[in-house]
Amino acid sequence: MAVAVTLPGIAVMLKTRVIPCLDVKDGRVVKGINFVGLRDAGDPVEAAQRYDAEGADELCFLDISASLENRGTLFDLVTRTAERCFMPLTVGGGVRSESDVEALLRAGADKVSFNTAAVQDVACVEKSAVRFGNQCIVVAIDAKRVDKNHWEIFTHGGSRRTGIGAVDFAREVENRGAGEILLTSMDSDGTQSGFDLDLTSAISTAVSIPVIASGGVGQLQHLVDGVLRGKASAVLAASIFHFGTYTIRDAKMFMAKAGIPVRQT
Amino acid sequence: MRTVIVDYNSGNLHSAEKAFRRMAIESDNGDVLLSSNPDEVAKADRLVLPGVGAFADCRNGLVQNGLEEAVQQAAIKRGVPFLGICVGMQLMATIGHEMGITHGFDWIPGEVKPLERHNAEMKIPHMGWNQLDDVADHALFDGIGGGTDVYFVHSYHLVPDSENNCIAVTDYGGDVTAAVATENLAGTQFHPEKSQAAGLRIIANFLSWNPG
Repeated sequence: MAVAVTLPGIAVMLKTRVIPCLDVKDGRVVKGINFVGLRDAGDPVEAAQRYDAEGADELCFLDISASLENRGTLFDLVTRTAERCFMPLTVGGGVRSESDVEALLRAGADKVSFNTAAVQDVACVEKSAVRFGNQCIVVAIDAKRVDKNHWEIFTHGGSRRTGIGAVDFAREVENRGAGEILLTSMDSDGTQSGFDLDLTSAISTAVSIPVIASGGVGQLQHLVDGVLRGKASAVLAASIFHFGTYTIRDAKMFMAKAGIPVRQT
Repeated sequence: MRTVIVDYNSGNLHSAEKAFRRMAIESDNGDVLLSSNPDEVAKADRLVLPGVGAFADCRNGLVQNGLEEAVQQAAIKRGVPFLGICVGMQLMATIGHEMGITHGFDWIPGEVKPLERHNAEMKIPHMGWNQLDDVADHALFDGIGGGTDVYFVHSYHLVPDSENNCIAVTDYGGDVTAAVATENLAGTQFHPEKSQAAGLRIIANFLSWNPG
């Protein structure tokens, strides 16, 4: 049963999405997945099926392969996942052009995420949105706090400061046709100390498209905070699910108890 | 028996193809073909019209590829079971308002209008899992009860003139048409191919649907 929500103004029964993210490199999961009973902890497809069975609302693959030659393995695993998991699949990492988007959609992705390329040339977002529809274009924004309540976009894994304000950039990509924003706080990512709620809230309230909060989840309360205080439409996490600390189902039960509508499977 | 998924460059059809193919095999309901060939579309035993992107683009894509007539041939003249998905469902209406006024097939009298944003916290597109309400007794929903969550992603919605054509709604700042039907024609605003077990069941229901 879905839980009625008490938040004012939020459409009542749209569920808050819980999205596990898998970092893949050369077709393998980068950090081992600590699930009981997995035959191959490094196989993204097997992990995806496990998350599917656990009731994940969407899946996200982030490819961090260093070389383009190894992209073939990404297409292959997207195809194999899409044949088995009938849920939305977002794929990102190194996406630079319309033709990259096309190739990933062709392989079976439902949404494709731009990151650095969107910062370097935002026209690629617009072209892809016009051609494939806004709903399949995600822009991943990596932001770092540079001042009190001011965040800037950083590229190249957070090492390069661009001088572009995160809130302005979010509005820009929305205007260019992005259907969704995947927002990662570079300050929180990997810390397990929770999302940057000020950042999440600033971006969520600045745009009318959905915002996925990412970066820093260490406990289930962080997911709740991301929604209730950060106003995110969806929450994404990696480690807490991969290492078996919590299941997707644990996360959803915890969120439901906090009054957040989630899909129970 | 052959189910044809109409390919008219309307975006990503691959997840639809995979889902229909899998359920055709599981329910032993013939083969599934993704086709942009008007002859194959016109001869289909069942027709699926997916669609993502804008209403006007999708309609123009059908016309330019010579597929509009083929779809009419199969669905109206021959009366084969038809399923529109997302914008494919919206095309069943009389008129669409996305990117100017465009005529649809006029199978379901009504208009396709933007979702109303009632407040700043309401996000557009309506993206994610939402539940089916007021689910009618229709073959498409065999085994699917009210309250079932399915996956939506859209910014426009079909407002039918007659409630009789609406076979399910969902709540997003008010009632939003989730599925429509008349005779051998049906459509879902949500994506059954991305709605896990419930979606696969709806696809299987369509593949064995025998409108009288």
